[in-house]
Amino acid sequence: MSFPWANEYKPSHPLMQWMDEKLPLPRLVYNAVGSGYEVPRNLNYMYNFGILAGLCLMIQIISGVVLAMHYAPNTLVAFDSTEHIMRDVNWGWMLRYGHANGASAFFIVIYAHIFRGFYYGSYKAPREMVWLLGVVIFLLMMATAFLGYVLPWGQMSFWGAQVITGLFSAIPLVGDPLREWLLGGFAPDNAALNRFFSLHFLLPFVILGVVILHIWALHINGSTNPTGVEVKTKSDTVSFHPYYTAKDGWTVGLFMLIYSAFVFFMPNALGHPDNYIPANPMQTPAHIVPEWYFWPFYAILRAFTVDFLIVPAKLMGVLAMFSAILVWFFLPWLDKSPVRSAKFRPLYRKFFWVLVLDVAVLAYCGGAPAEEPFVMISQIASLYYFLHFFVIVPIVSSIERPDPLPFSITESVLGHDGQSALGAKA
Amino acid sequence: MIRIFSILVGAFFSLALLLAVLTGAYSYVTEPPAKTVEATFYEHPEKLALASDGVFGKFDRQQLQRGFQVYKEVCAACHSLKHVAFRDLSALGYNEAEVKAIAASYTVNAQDPLTGEFKDRPGMAADKFPPVVYAGKGVPPDLSLITKSRHGGAAYIHSLLIGYSEQPAELIKAFPDAKTPDGLYYNRYFPTLNLSMPAPITSEGQVTYGDGTKATVDQMSADVSAFLVWTAEPELEKRRQTGLWWMGFLLFTTVLAYMAYRNIWAEKKGH
Repeated sequence: MSFPWANEYKPSHPLMQWMDEKLPLPRLVYNAVGSGYEVPRNLNYMYNFGILAGLCLMIQIISGVVLAMHYAPNTLVAFDSTEHIMRDVNWGWMLRYGHANGASAFFIVIYAHIFRGFYYGSYKAPREMVWLLGVVIFLLMMATAFLGYVLPWGQMSFWGAQVITGLFSAIPLVGDPLREWLLGGFAPDNAALNRFFSLHFLLPFVILGVVILHIWALHINGSTNPTGVEVKTKSDTVSFHPYYTAKDGWTVGLFMLIYSAFVFFMPNALGHPDNYIPANPMQTPAHIVPEWYFWPFYAILRAFTVDFLIVPAKLMGVLAMFSAILVWFFLPWLDKSPVRSAKFRPLYRKFFWVLVLDVAVLAYCGGAPAEEPFVMISQIASLYYFLHFFVIVPIVSSIERPDPLPFSITESVLGHDGQSALGAKA
Repeated sequence: MIRIFSILVGAFFSLALLLAVLTGAYSYVTEPPAKTVEATFYEHPEKLALASDGVFGKFDRQQLQRGFQVYKEVCAACHSLKHVAFRDLSALGYNEAEVKAIAASYTVNAQDPLTGEFKDRPGMAADKFPPVVYAGKGVPPDLSLITKSRHGGAAYIHSLLIGYSEQPAELIKAFPDAKTPDGLYYNRYFPTLNLSMPAPITSEGQVTYGDGTKATVDQMSADVSAFLVWTAEPELEKRRQTGLWWMGFLLFTTVLAYMAYRNIWAEKKGH
């Protein structure tokens, strides 16, 4: 958002003036991530994950495009071509480990980014569109990650594809034909692998497109901030450059350190050993589990073990799993509290932390074998998950009495508002 | 309106879950799941210390060569190593002539570039280890990736190789139906306790090491496990070495970036 006090782009060099008249791309950059974009001065480190997510997307696209130069999407050679990358392609192991762990890093960053949104009410008016586009990106990421995991054509690739496409067969009447149409066969095979590769290559660029819309929508109203109070005056903001470029800069370094520790020193810590066994349609693995970032939703899927009313258990699980994410689309309208930040919402804040714990429990159960006591624990945890979004959030937002808000961002930072100039320093 | 609808949807899923958890709890109480024989007698792999462990670990070339010898003389009777090429063996410390000699000791079925027909010829450094035809029932797994494709990695392989025994008497007593079937062999480190592979390394001195190392069963098992770490992760040393340089560089730039950040924000915090 362009606040009236934002710096204006004034190219001094004749070449830049010439450029500005023909294609004002430098002006766009200046106003988007340069000195011309004013941002609340009080953003904490939870607000760094958007940039990190963008970095992850870039890492994935660049490493992925190079990997695609060496990979062969054919069931006969897919597994071997992955090993060819690991052994015979120069720096191939770094590309592949970087890409596989890059997916995990992307999801860690995105989960932090989403929960930041839950805590600080980033989804609330007037930023609903930013939030909606964000949920779209998350769904696209899940699809892309799933498709990508199938490509090495290991045991978990194959059986993961079997299970996930099997979800579609739970749909009444059209389920089985739909699944066969999606797979191009009765089971995952060459046709499926080929189209999965094609879509896995395509979707990141769709994500990139939606990311651009997400940032565009964000810049219409500007970022939220930990107080949830809107920007009022010049003293509430700082320019993106150099303040947030500097802050993002060093957190990018910190992120790269943690990410690189995985890539170079424990590249398989987050993967499943079974995916180093070539796909074998005749041998089902003892435990089929997706990658860790799907565990909370996998736990919800498996929590529905009994038929309910006229709905079979499997269909209930599928509906619940999708609803668990789709409900986020409605969040701006379910949470009617005018106060954005959980910092000033004592009741909501407690439930927020219960949700964090709940999702951690779901994740643990999703990665555990489908046996007791994990099934019962995941049922109780799923129960809370649904209560939280569908029932607790709407009710809390109408009955809660929020704490008093600071007068302004400046007051929250300095202890006094810059406007009442001579106020005592806190 | 949307909130009433939401509460109804929430109630729908919640009731289904409530029903599910009650059903589950009821059957858990009425028919508690019996303890399985695997849960009682399976053991996690013993720790195995290898030179390649840890951030600064490097392969022990002597051990890898011994492990290769065990593979060649014992495992290779049934297990292939198809992702590894003879040329890769130079990483174990063999010189060019030795690599060529090892390759030539194998027979490779390959296409003759002049006639186009497939025929047997001695292996060359550029060839991969040829497929192994197993005469018995089943397909013994390829060993190239075995330490990455099993929980526990090298420690699991080592433990499995030394873990064969008769079925314990307590097992038969507690689970009379769990007697090891004919053609399978009992091993407490195998997840289902019984596997089709008979103990491959059975007696001391089964392999005669050139470097004078005493070939105990434990030593041979550890050596071949170390070798299989290398076949699965031939890039391991280069990866860690690159990683250390890269992390050092990152640490340096991150500290610089942090100082720049502190500097830029110095007068902005207001405190």
